[in-house]
Amino acid sequence: MSESLVVPTMAEMLAEGKQPEVLFWVGCAGSFDDRAKKITKAFVRILNRTNVSFAVLGTEESCTGDPAKRAGNEFLFQMQAMMNIEVLNAYEAKKIVTACPHCFNTLKNEYPELGGQYDVIHHTEFLKSLIDDGRLTVEGGQFKGKRITFHDPCYLGRANKVYEAPRDLIQKLDVELVEMKRSKANGLCCGAGGAQMFKDAEPGNKEINVERTEDALETKPDIIAAGCPFCNTMLTDGIKHQEKEGQVKVMDIAELIANAQDL
Amino acid sequence: MSYLDNILFAILLIVGFGFFASSVKKIIRNINLGVDVNRKDNSKARWKNMALIALGQSKMVRRPVAGILHIFVYVGFVIINIELLEIIIDGLFGTHRVFAPYLGVVYDVLIASFEILAILVIFAVIVFWIRRNVIRLKRFINPDLNGFPKSDANYILYFETVLMLLFLLMNASDLHLQNVPGGFSHFHKAGSFPISQFIAPMFNGMSNELVALLFEVFWWVHIAGILVFMNYLYFSKHLHILLAFPNTYFANLNPEGQFDNLESVTKEVKLMMDPNADPFAAAPVDENAVSSKFGASDVQDLNWVQLLNAYTCTECGRCTSSCPANQTGKKLSPRKIMMDTRDRLTEVGKNIDANKGVFVPDNKTLLNDYITPEELWACTSCNACVEECPVNISPLSIIMDMRRYLVMEQSAAPMSLNAMMTNIENNGAPWQYNQQDRLNWKNEN
Repeated sequence: MSESLVVPTMAEMLAEGKQPEVLFWVGCAGSFDDRAKKITKAFVRILNRTNVSFAVLGTEESCTGDPAKRAGNEFLFQMQAMMNIEVLNAYEAKKIVTACPHCFNTLKNEYPELGGQYDVIHHTEFLKSLIDDGRLTVEGGQFKGKRITFHDPCYLGRANKVYEAPRDLIQKLDVELVEMKRSKANGLCCGAGGAQMFKDAEPGNKEINVERTEDALETKPDIIAAGCPFCNTMLTDGIKHQEKEGQVKVMDIAELIANAQDL
Repeated sequence: MSYLDNILFAILLIVGFGFFASSVKKIIRNINLGVDVNRKDNSKARWKNMALIALGQSKMVRRPVAGILHIFVYVGFVIINIELLEIIIDGLFGTHRVFAPYLGVVYDVLIASFEILAILVIFAVIVFWIRRNVIRLKRFINPDLNGFPKSDANYILYFETVLMLLFLLMNASDLHLQNVPGGFSHFHKAGSFPISQFIAPMFNGMSNELVALLFEVFWWVHIAGILVFMNYLYFSKHLHILLAFPNTYFANLNPEGQFDNLESVTKEVKLMMDPNADPFAAAPVDENAVSSKFGASDVQDLNWVQLLNAYTCTECGRCTSSCPANQTGKKLSPRKIMMDTRDRLTEVGKNIDANKGVFVPDNKTLLNDYITPEELWACTSCNACVEECPVNISPLSIIMDMRRYLVMEQSAAPMSLNAMMTNIENNGAPWQYNQQDRLNWKNEN
């Protein structure tokens, strides 16, 4: 933990006349949210350890526009998209990895039509490919034998049909992967999507994150694994609501991998 | 020999199909009130979807009990319709089981399988009725269905049961007459009757003439029932038996997470970002331009596939039962979004019919009069409803188009969302952080 992170920016790379293997799109949550910043740093530690050549946009990155689009503000979305595309295209970005399924979905599916065509992958897919290529080896470490359940983020799972990469990674940790009663295509939303993260819920008889946390707790897990900073927040709040923060932790898959290797 | 029967039957057929054709015309007219969207690309993938999802019922079996029972009814109706062809020819020409001599033993197998399917249909329909009326599954007693929709569902079940019973009674009386020693009238031996052979004994002791009369009655009520049922479709959720096919063909093929980019917005944004654009230039005059509005407040603003979706919805409620907002007591119900869209479209259609082909504004819209903003804002865009729909309907796309109208035409987003959007506009993040601080995490512990 003591060694400092090496995080080159695209501008620095360009100045040196280099093109990184992959552009790491950090996203707003990953940049500003205290909990999500830990995920960002865990992912960077893995990238540093495996000597992946990467760069971030840093202060040149801006919101993808996902929450604006889902809230119905297509103008703001397209303004954001066009600005980001100009920046990305100026750096000739080809491959983008992100730890946020919302950024992932927007960059991958909604930018091409507006002139931004990149090979976009989620960080769980990227980590999986590092393992498959022999660049990263993973052992269970402190997680060996633990019960872990995985919550499918809607924008990774249903929206883009990525179900296996996160599960494959969890299984590399020598743990017991337990499925919730609703998982994969049937997974229940954490309650944050569609711009709900930024508003109060409509009147009802329960919060969605509490409902989903109950699904997770039914599996009697030691850890709830997430692959999205927003799901992470919602489930962490759900655990607090159930007063289980002493027993159950919510962790991103990047954190699991990094911590297992004592990175 | 009198031809009265045959002529009467021909008239019945013409009237039945005539009414049905005019209903179909109205449905097509109403669907075409929607704006255009290109769903004619990639026909290979579209045929495949139709084959798997509509013909193959692949998404129905995600819920195995309802799925398998539904396959009984579905296969039953499709296959028994083959027999309908013979029934119609017999009716028109006064023949008796006209296909039998040509098909030989195959005919026996066919008739036997129709009978088995008929009994399976009756079985499935009884279970369906129990699920709705005795077990009262949550999605069937949801308030969305109050009033006609609840009765509609039961009427369909009654119709199907009666039609299948008539089919079996028809065969049973036929079999009884076929077995009269020395033969009776034109009831020559044809077919194999694994189910109705058990019903046939009930005619024992009746005169042959009475049984022949009963056969006629069963035959007429059966065929008339089918024609009535066919014409009932227009008013009913049961339209899905026809529209499931085009609906799965024209359904969205993109990843579920990909929402469409509004083209009209792209044009304006490009103009705004073009440093060479003259900000004071008058808008170019385009004679054909229709003043487009952003998003949808009424059915005419939706695209024709969304309107086809509305007619196709059979109100099964799988979408609503999987909706996170609905499960946690919010007002949003994806099924209601579809039902409201159809109800409003029907209303608009009637308005057009009553006003010589022109829609006269009625001070109503889909938004507010049918679907409230509270419902629209409860959606998490999680795609559970889209994933769940057995015929690939997308309630989510309608919700999103209506949110677009609320935000871009009425600036009517909830306060906190306005704050989020202001933040994105000013500092490139949904929260109030400075864009210059985006990389600060690098040096924090």
